[in-house]
Amino acid sequence: MSLHIEKSGLQATIQDLGRFGHQKEGIIVSGPMDRVALRMANLLVGNPEHAAVIETVAPGPAIRFQKDTLIALTGADLSPAIAGVPVKMNRPVLVRQHALLEFGAPRAGVYTYLAVAGSFDLPQVLGSLATYLRAGIGGFGGRALQTGDVLPLGQAPAGFTSLLRTVPETAAFTPATWTPDHSLFPVHQEQPKLRAVRGPEYDLLTSNSKGYLWSEKYQITRQADRMGYHLYGTPLAMAAPAELISSAVTFGTIQVPSEGNPIVLMADHQTTGGYPRIAQVITADLTHLAQTGPGKLITFEEVTLQEAQQHYLQQELNLEIMKKGIELKRLFT
Amino acid sequence: MGEKKSELAIPASYQLFPLGDAAIVVKFGDNIGYDVHTKVRAFAASLEAHPFPGFVELVPAFTTVTVYYNPWVVSHKGHFDPYQSVIDLLLPVLTLTHNQEELPSRLIEIPVCYGGKLGPDLEFVAEHNQLSPEEVVKLHTAAEYLVFMIGFAPGFPYMGGMDKRISAPRKATPRPAVPQGSVGIAGTQTGVYPLQTPGGWQLIGRSPLLLFRPFQELPSLLRAGDKVRFVSISEEEYLYTTKLAHESSY
Repeated sequence: MSLHIEKSGLQATIQDLGRFGHQKEGIIVSGPMDRVALRMANLLVGNPEHAAVIETVAPGPAIRFQKDTLIALTGADLSPAIAGVPVKMNRPVLVRQHALLEFGAPRAGVYTYLAVAGSFDLPQVLGSLATYLRAGIGGFGGRALQTGDVLPLGQAPAGFTSLLRTVPETAAFTPATWTPDHSLFPVHQEQPKLRAVRGPEYDLLTSNSKGYLWSEKYQITRQADRMGYHLYGTPLAMAAPAELISSAVTFGTIQVPSEGNPIVLMADHQTTGGYPRIAQVITADLTHLAQTGPGKLITFEEVTLQEAQQHYLQQELNLEIMKKGIELKRLFT
Repeated sequence: MGEKKSELAIPASYQLFPLGDAAIVVKFGDNIGYDVHTKVRAFAASLEAHPFPGFVELVPAFTTVTVYYNPWVVSHKGHFDPYQSVIDLLLPVLTLTHNQEELPSRLIEIPVCYGGKLGPDLEFVAEHNQLSPEEVVKLHTAAEYLVFMIGFAPGFPYMGGMDKRISAPRKATPRPAVPQGSVGIAGTQTGVYPLQTPGGWQLIGRSPLLLFRPFQELPSLLRAGDKVRFVSISEEEYLYTTKLAHESSY
């Protein structure tokens, strides 16, 4: 049971939810840019939420399925098609042996997730399958997928293998007729307003800069990758030159280097940093930020820590409801 | 200290503040120093020995320990306020730490082949400080260094204790690729590159030791609190040890 990469695409990597527990050793978390999309893709194919999937940007890879396989596509809409026929996202899809999955023009978002039932049978490094490109570890040989790679699949969950026998054999793929309720997963905006809480060094900003942060539009520059999104807009200044002692930074930390253009740290952020941490995008909105690409405008809206955590809990609750809903669905297959 | 709730009587020697909605920072002081470092280490060790449900991981730094937590778990799926819950979970650990004895340190020797092709900036560092290259090596190997924290790159130690007489500015133009194992000086800091990365440090030598060993249970050779000494080795020893280190690591 395997997947064949027939064309590599720009950057497709294997990612699970992340490599936790080793930041104290300087080893980054890695994992998906859009954690909600990764977890949802796994739920749709009956995998544990944290299981490894393929994350890709446009242009996406071309992937041949060696065997009948249950898949789900979530996150960015990169016009996926199987055997040339457009395939719907956010639902389980049964793909027939020998079919080819390809991606086309990006329609919305940046990062797409492809989960396969059973995930991938690859060796974990430090407890995770997440690809850490700079250190060359995890995923498939510690690198992005290349043409000719053959990815071995894990054992598909039992309930889904019986499903394989019940669908017509003529079509290249059969999508489920249902999708999780749309209120349960993020709907991305063209120009998102991202909620953020104050960071530890917020008060180092001048009062003008505090005003700019919560009102001005910032453009995501072309320098936007898995490590961080560099923004361009009204520069932010510190009231006095700050000599900071290095400390931890995290996914969503908004840093300001001396030239004043903010950087939002993303999935491959370093473990520690020395720039002022002026604010922090709330966890519930990281999915929106990740799916907003270069050239797009974003704004920040201040919320309290309590509000941020309420949104965090709501997102977890939504995923819990989605999980239960999918389990109910399985009762009837 | 016999009364109940004695932790409330202890003057707070730390500050607590959030880093976003899923991490809390415990800050033990405002300056880099041995006393603050000792508290950082003691707290990190206590918390790792007594992790709470919903604890994800911690990152010790010069003056802080950042604790990552899962708000869904610490709040019992939303029944309690996550931030307040995590504070309540940390307070007993902070109290425990307060009474803890100083932790023992390991002493790690790092062999370095100084100068030549492996340390192309040794001459510059010497000239900059009006010393001979031999004197730079002597001062660099004489000191005992303290690993304050690991960060920037996997296994990269932020160390204190370098003799100021061998300090040197960063290179005006960083090298696009500094080889793994390179030992450098930037300002009053010295460090070892665990991976080949771009870098602007003045390179005075190279170590055959692997600081980052991803396929071992403890992937970082060094950890916060370690003491380090550099030991000068010949190029022959460097080549021989490099071979051995790579064979045993992979």
